[in-house]
Amino acid sequence: MRDIHVSSITEAVAQACMSANYVLPQDVVHALENGLAKEESAIGKDIFCQLIENAKIAREESVPICQDTGFTVIFAKIGQDAHIVGGNLVDAINEGVRKGYKEGYLRKSIVAHPLERVNTGDNTPAVIHSEIVPGDELRLIIAPKGGGSENMSGVKMLKPSDGVEGVKKFVVELVKTAGSNPCPPIIVGVGIGGTMEMAAIMAKKAVLREIGRPSDKPYDAALEEELLRLVNDTGVGPAGLGGRITALAVNVESYPAHIASLPVAVNIQCHAARHKEIVL
Amino acid sequence: MSEPIRLTTPFSEQDVRKLKAGDTVLLSGVIYTGRDAAHKRLYELLQAGKELPVDLKGQVIYYVGPTPAKPGQVIGSAGPTTSGRMDAYAPTLIAYGLRGMIGKGLRNQAVIDAMKEHGAVYLGATGGAAALLAKRITACEVVAYEDLGTEAIRRLVVVDFPLIVVNDSHGGDFYREGVKLYERVSPG
Repeated sequence: MRDIHVSSITEAVAQACMSANYVLPQDVVHALENGLAKEESAIGKDIFCQLIENAKIAREESVPICQDTGFTVIFAKIGQDAHIVGGNLVDAINEGVRKGYKEGYLRKSIVAHPLERVNTGDNTPAVIHSEIVPGDELRLIIAPKGGGSENMSGVKMLKPSDGVEGVKKFVVELVKTAGSNPCPPIIVGVGIGGTMEMAAIMAKKAVLREIGRPSDKPYDAALEEELLRLVNDTGVGPAGLGGRITALAVNVESYPAHIASLPVAVNIQCHAARHKEIVL
Repeated sequence: MSEPIRLTTPFSEQDVRKLKAGDTVLLSGVIYTGRDAAHKRLYELLQAGKELPVDLKGQVIYYVGPTPAKPGQVIGSAGPTTSGRMDAYAPTLIAYGLRGMIGKGLRNQAVIDAMKEHGAVYLGATGGAAALLAKRITACEVVAYEDLGTEAIRRLVVVDFPLIVVNDSHGGDFYREGVKLYERVSPG
């Protein structure tokens, strides 16, 4: 057993909320640079230049990359031999979000009830997905998620007979219909299998994978490659103004499915693919 | 890419009618911010035949909810939000006299028809380029609905704000035209 005090969790979450919103991960910056090299549309190239310059300003001046500093989505991997002391984990995380969004001059984008729509004023509560893993560490991925791209995401319960063609059609149609709305170039996270909610969580995890690293499963890796080609063939392009690069990556996660089911979820991530991992 | 057209607000109908989908624009002058919650209030006032808290005739609304300004900043990061959420309210504002909207993403047919009928333009700013765009904003002041926080109506002064004409007042739609140029229809 190893003790982890809640105050260290709060502090680490606060810092991660700020740095995630100011510093675009290196793999995303590289993907934007590669996109600029490959893009054929003149306006598309200009959009890539703006996004690269924007990331540089945000990093150098410690200001948010995007004004939508997101719903704070947190994946918590809790080591089964870790002992959280001094309070409870959820409160500690939310306190960190509160502190990070206040001290970091981040936008507060959460309303307390989806229909009454009164702002909570501090960007809490976070969306927390937790899992118990071996070891004595607490590993947190802080991923602020913008509303514009989240709104273009979707889940569908396909029939097993729809097969891989059904999956491809659903993904491509979703990207095409979304057009300029989710701030392309996007990252497309696809979750296939499991149950309805598990497909959605896999899709969310898939957008967090390092760009350029294919799935460990050969079938899924081949599907990722084909989906990326199909998505880029839509012509949506940077900012939806037409071009060769609509997506920087398509990442697929899969899980065993029920004999009756073929769930598929697509989570659309804008080019401001922010995430920061901390280990306590 | 065409040479950018330099424009200054407010707009007359004639200013707007000259613009074509695909034109690049550097906008200067006063613009007003407004997004979901402020639009709902403006719309309800117009529906009730009441005065708006800000005169928006001939003006441009920027769909944005900025981050709080850090000490020393005019405004925090300030990129466009998805315009489609304002589609329910935009035709009423256009009929009232609004001449321009800045945002990102697709508009519905009712908005496009209102732009054609009354003479208004929809300008696209680069989604997610919020730190870059904030550099072109030289003044910011809350002028209505302060209680809405980031969604309050702000009066901004912009200099050479980089935009592209997405929907012009003649039915031109640059999203549709641009995408068509690069779309590849997969065999089978």
